[in-house]
This record gives sequence, C-alpha cells and structure tokens, in this order.
Amino acid sequence: MQATNIFILILALGIFAFYIGRGRSLALAKPLGGIRYLHSLPSYYGFHTALWCALPSLILLSLWMIFDEPLINSLVMNSMADQLGNTSLATYNLQLNKISNIAEGILGRQGQSDALLAAADYMTQLKVVSRWSLTALMLCLTVIGLFFGWSRINPQFRARPLVEKVMQNLLLACACLAIFTTLGIVLSVLFESIQFFRSVPVHEFVFGLEWSPQTAIREDQVGSSGSFGAVPLFVGTLLVSAVAMFVAVPIGLMSAIYLAEYASKTVRAFAKPALEVLAGIPTVVYGFFAALTVAPFLRDLGTSMGLSVSSESALAAGGVMGVMIIPFISSLADDVITAVPQSMRDGSLAMGATQSETVRRVIIPAALPGIVGGIMLAVSRAIGETMIVVMAAGMAAKLTANPLESVTTVTVQIVTLLTGDQEFDSPKTLAAFALGLMLFTVTLLLNIFALHIVKKYREQYE
Amino acid sequence: MSKPVDNLDKIKQSLTRRNRAETRFRWYGRIAILIGLAAVIVLFTDIISKGHGAFQVTYIQLDVHYDQDIIGVANMTDPAQLADGNWDAVPKSALRSKFTDVSGRRDKRKLYALLSNGAGFDLKDRLVANPLLLGQTESIWILADDDIDTYYKSWLDGEPYGARMADNQIAWIEQLHDEGNIRLQFNSNLFTRGDSREPEQAGIRGAIMGSFFTLILTLMLSFPIGVSAAIYLEEFAPKNRWTDFIEVNINNLAAVPSIIFGLLGLAIFINFFHVPRSVPVVGGLVLTLMTLPTIIITSRAAIKSVPPSIREAALGMGASKYQTVLHHVLPLALPGMLTGAIIGMAQALGETAPLLMIGMVAFIVDIPAGFTDPATVLPVQIFLWADSPERAFIEKTSAAIMVLLTFLIIMNTSAVWLRKRLERRW
Repeated sequence: MQATNIFILILALGIFAFYIGRGRSLALAKPLGGIRYLHSLPSYYGFHTALWCALPSLILLSLWMIFDEPLINSLVMNSMADQLGNTSLATYNLQLNKISNIAEGILGRQGQSDALLAAADYMTQLKVVSRWSLTALMLCLTVIGLFFGWSRINPQFRARPLVEKVMQNLLLACACLAIFTTLGIVLSVLFESIQFFRSVPVHEFVFGLEWSPQTAIREDQVGSSGSFGAVPLFVGTLLVSAVAMFVAVPIGLMSAIYLAEYASKTVRAFAKPALEVLAGIPTVVYGFFAALTVAPFLRDLGTSMGLSVSSESALAAGGVMGVMIIPFISSLADDVITAVPQSMRDGSLAMGATQSETVRRVIIPAALPGIVGGIMLAVSRAIGETMIVVMAAGMAAKLTANPLESVTTVTVQIVTLLTGDQEFDSPKTLAAFALGLMLFTVTLLLNIFALHIVKKYREQYE
Repeated sequence: MSKPVDNLDKIKQSLTRRNRAETRFRWYGRIAILIGLAAVIVLFTDIISKGHGAFQVTYIQLDVHYDQDIIGVANMTDPAQLADGNWDAVPKSALRSKFTDVSGRRDKRKLYALLSNGAGFDLKDRLVANPLLLGQTESIWILADDDIDTYYKSWLDGEPYGARMADNQIAWIEQLHDEGNIRLQFNSNLFTRGDSREPEQAGIRGAIMGSFFTLILTLMLSFPIGVSAAIYLEEFAPKNRWTDFIEVNINNLAAVPSIIFGLLGLAIFINFFHVPRSVPVVGGLVLTLMTLPTIIITSRAAIKSVPPSIREAALGMGASKYQTVLHHVLPLALPGMLTGAIIGMAQALGETAPLLMIGMVAFIVDIPAGFTDPATVLPVQIFLWADSPERAFIEKTSAAIMVLLTFLIIMNTSAVWLRKRLERRW
C-alpha cells in the first residue's frame, strides 16, 4: 500500500529530524559552555524539528487520502459525461464500478465498449499521477519542514513552549473526538432519516399501526408498497424491556441491599464478583442461551400447562435480557446505598427500628433518586440491546401486549433491514436509520436525565 | 394518658411480627443473590454441556487407493491437472471396496454420505504433500459427515439421535464400530480452518484472526487517543462550558446503544469514505469509537488517583507542567489505564451488533491475513452458526462460545491481577 509506505517514510524522517535538531542544539551549546546556556532542553529542539518535519505532511496526507478517490472518480465520470448523458445515481455508480474494475484488472478488457476502456485508461493514468505527485509532495514538504525547523534553532530559541503548545492542541483534539462522534451519529442518522421522511410522512411512521417494510421490486407484485408504521415495534420494544425490568429490578435491587447491608465480608467478596460475571458475558451468548435453551423450555412448560407460548416469545428474550441487566442494577444500587451516610442508619436503629425497617423507611427513600437514575440507565440499555432480541425474538411485527407471543423490536428491525444486499437509497434501508434516530433520541434523553439525577444525588451526600 | 403497661404489651405483640418481617426481608435478599448465582451456573453448564462434544469429531478408517486413472492426474506438479482431478472419486471408491455388497444408486448415495463432502480435497492435500503416494494404497482416518458425527456421538452416549439417518447407514456405523474403524479424535479442524457450510469442516480460525486484527487496530487507536483525552481533561482543561460539554458527551457516548455505532460506521466510513465492507479496518474504527468512552473514563479515574503531592514535588523541582505529567503522573497512572484498556478490549471482543451493520456478517471461508482482508469476528461467527439449521452447528456454536468466554476470562482476570499487582495505594 502506497499510503502506508509514505506514512512510515514520514515517521522515519520525523525520527531522523529529532536527532538532527537535537544534535544541532548540542553543537550550538558546546562553544557556549554546555546545555544550560540553551533556552530549552536539547530534546525539545529535537521535537520541534520533528514536528515541523512530520506534522504538516501528515495532515496533508490524511486530507489527500480522503479526497483522492472522489476527485479521481468525478474527473473520470466528467470525461465520459457526453456518452452517459443524464443518468440516475444507480447507473452512475454501476458505470463507475465497471470502470474501476477494468482499471484494476478485475474485469477483462474484452467485450467492453471503447468509451469504458478509455475511461478506465484515464482512471489508471490519474491514479499514477496522483500517486507520484503525492510521493513527491510529501518528500518536498518533509524536507522543507525539516530545514525550516532546523534553521530556527539557536540558543535563545524558545522550543519548549512551542512544543508544549502543539501537544496541548493534539490532546484537545483527542478529547474533542467524543464531540465529533456524537456529531457524526446525529448527522448520519438525521440525514438518512430526512431522506426517509421524504417518502414516508413522519406521522405515518410514528403513529402507523402496520409495519411491513417489504417493498417489491416490480410495481405489480403483492404488497409492493411497504407500510412503515412503527408503533408495533415501539410496543414490542417496550414489552421486552418491561419483562427484562420485571426480572432485573427486584433481583438486582434486593441483592444490592443484601450485599450492602447484611452480607458478611466473605460473602460480599465472593458474591459481588460472581454476579458481575453476568455483566461480562457477551450479548451474543445470552442470545444463544435465550434462543436455544430458555425459549424451548418456556414453550414446553407452557404446553404442559395448557398455554400456547410462542417459541420466539417476548418472555424468553426479556427474561434473559433481565438476567443480563441484574449486575448493572445491583452495582449501581450498591453504589448509592453505600453512599447513604452511616449516621442515618445509626439514627434509625437507635430509635428501635429493625434493620429491614431501616432499609425500607430510611435508606431506600434516601437513595431513591440514585436508584431511579440507575433503573433508567438500565431501561435505556434494555431498549438498545440488540443481539438477544435478534436471536430470540421474532421478526413479524405484531401489536400485542401478551408476553407469551412473539414480538419484534426496533433493534431487530434495524439489523434485519441493514444486513443483506440492498441498494442504499431505498426506503427500506433508510427506514433503519429513522428507527436508529428514534432509538438514539430516546436513549439519549433517558441517559441525560438519569446521569443528571445520579450526579445530583452524589453531590448531595458528598 | 394511656397506661404504659399497655404500650409495652403492644410493642411485645408487634415484635414477633416485625422480627418475622425482618427474617423474610433477609431471605428475599438471599434468594435474589441465589437467583443471580444460579443464572451464572445454569448458563455455563448449559454452554459447556452443549459444546464439549465439538472438541472431538468422528473419523472413519478406510483403505484408500490413490488410483491414477480414477483421479486423472499423471503429474503431481501440474496445478491445472490437480485442479481438474476427480478427487471425490477416491474416498467413494474406498467406501465401495469396503462395503462391497452395496448396490443401487440410492444406497450408494447413502454410503457416500458417510464421509464429509470435503474428504476428497483433504486427500488431495495429503497427496500434494506426499506425491509418492500416487498409485499406492494406505489405511487412513477420514473425516465423517456431520450427521454421522452427531449420530455416532449420541449413540456412544446411549441415546442415539437418528432423525437424519437411514437404517443401512446405522448398520454400517455399527459394523465399523465393531471393527474399530470408527472413532472420535480431537477436532483440530475447529482451530485450524475457516468457516464452512459443512459443520464438520467448519473452524473458528478465520474468526479468531479477524477478531485479532480488529482488536489490534482498536487498541492501537483507542488507547493513545483515550489516554490523551483523559490527560487533557484531567490535567489541562480549563473549567469552562466547552470542557463540560466534552464531559457530558463522553458520559452519554458510554451509554449509547452499540448498534448506533454500527449505523455511524455504515453511514460515515462505508458510504461516505468508501472504506470497503467486511474488513477489520472498519470494524476496528467502529469499535474504537465505541470503546473510547470506557477508556477515557477509566484513565481519568487512574490519573485522579495519583496524589497531588507528586505533581507539586515535580513542579517544585522546576519541571514544566508537561514534564510533570509525562514523567511522573503518567507512569504512576499507567497500571490503572492498562486495566481500563483491557476491560475496553474485552468489551470490544464480545461486541456483535455494530459489526453486523458494517458487513462483517458475510460468509468468509478464507482466513484473513491482514487488516484489509474480508473477515468476520468470533461473536459474529457465533451468531452466524447459531442461525444455521444443521444440528451439528449447535455443538459448534457452543464450542465457539467456550473459546470466546475463555479469552474474555483471561482478559478480565489479567485486568484484576494487574490492578492488584501494580496499582499503588497512596
């Protein structure tokens, strides 16, 4: 790979520049009587030179790598604009693919039209030009940078503040990556969703009661216009999450109370990590467990009791999801319960309350905001959980509140719509992004609210 | 004024009730913990009982004659001839000469179904490695078909599962068993091969290599970036709205559903930057974004735990702020940061959902050799196998889960060990 080689070359030159800069500063310091006559330590002069040498070319290299391909593609396609005429995006991409495949020798040259061959040659030529000019430019830039950095070195030169300034900015850039990630999520989900809402009105999506995203290829097929009413998905998601919470909240909370208030040190030292094992198990394992062990078990149990339980019941998926969330709730609740000041416990016990009365009447009320915050975080996890429901819940969107039936969830539909081969601009794939937008918004609100509560609660007792 | 004696009576009466409530409450707590522990135990026993069988696989011993005329290869060094060779005929003729009384097309097909579909190619590989065998006859253990494997294992356990078996196949297996010509061997294919549609040929080598490349990239990107961000936020950031905003962002990203990161990867890396699908590069980038918040949060905690006296001493000696951080704070916080990195990597290793979005769910037979080869990862392989209809894949899936859990247990215990061993209490 060309870019990797250039990258390594730049790094090597940077290291070389470090030693040159350091050497020059040492050489300058020698007649003055040692390095204490320099403004900065010799290594800072080295870093300064290395930064001048490598940083500009690295920035240019990454920009080049981003814009290289789109630019070449548009140049090639412009060159054959008169042959193509006004075509749709799909044929445009098809032609482009064909040309690049011919250019790379994946597709044979026999039987292709002259225009395509010419375009492919043009593309190869552009790529060669791009590669060589990139190499040349990089070399020039690094060498110029090296000389510039080198020539600036003198005993009075303030290298350390400069180097530190650059480093601070690099650190800031790393910290800002979190913001860019959020921004990227919002933008990518939002743009595709807006495209989706152009073909399907928002109110139909949010309030529609029927979900069948199968859009037919031909107009005359049955069910050719898919319907995108997401209410069944929301209901299914809520149902599965409710089952999960029904399992996780009592068990998680009670085990947290027991571990924090009753358990001896040895029990706590054993039980707490053992419960946390549940948090470390990958969700795909839970999914397998739910689909192959819990769901058949529940189905057989239902049959023996005369109930008809679907083999993809919400109960199985939700129950296993609940098990997954137990350690999440128990460790969060454990934190807030242990944060309640000892004086409150002592006061209650001194009044003659039993330990359980103290827990129920004093500790839980005092810890309630934190516990509620923790439960909300757990709900947002349950809503966003994917693999368990993909493997153990159903595909068909059914509007029901019966946990014994099979339901589908938002995340299941996102996965089903986006795995497999589809064109990218059909409403079917875009619907996944609209669902993603919903999911992101709901979990974001839950998280912000919950984190706010938890933080506020912590400050209260600190 | 009520009489004090009455009150005491009341209290005494209520005391039994209150004490009973106390005992009940304690039992609720115990039961909750026991349910949690039972879930751990049931999960592990279920996986192990389903998966332990996959570490062994059935082989059948046959006398194989590498007949030059049947294969149609005269020159073992000519790749064109090797590719055209009729390799399937070799194990088939070996089976026919073993069970000479089988006739009729249907029975013959049943007979051929004893051996794996890939048996011919395995023999080809053997012949290519030892060209002198051409024209010779040797007695060799050949991989059996997955249905035979399932049946033979269940038959050995005393509860035969013969739903996909014909009567004469069962008879042949019993005959082979009596002669000692069928046996279970360690399933090395599981660890040396890539994915396959045939359960007996399928292995997790490809998925493990895919996971390896993906995780290496994730580690190389997320550790330096995460540590830098943590250093900035903890040591240099001024207290203002911008830093608060960054903090809120990081905390929220830690709680965003992982599938959303998959959507991000699909829209930005694949559709905008045209990174090819299914390659470890995209997987690594997506997992980097996903694990960054974890690494930043744990690294910040590690930096926070370094006492201010260290910084003050360094600053007092005339070190600059950067020298203080790089030479003193960072080395002391490193064990905590490494622990965080290992936990983040364990999280990334078990992650499936975002990788489904970026096409790492494809069926890939070849074992990836680099960051840009199409690959799948271990959890996705588990997902794919769990979806396969063949019964033998249940066993395989459980075995793959056992391998994945082993890696995770190693990573997590090493994180705990590292914390205990290297972290200093001030």
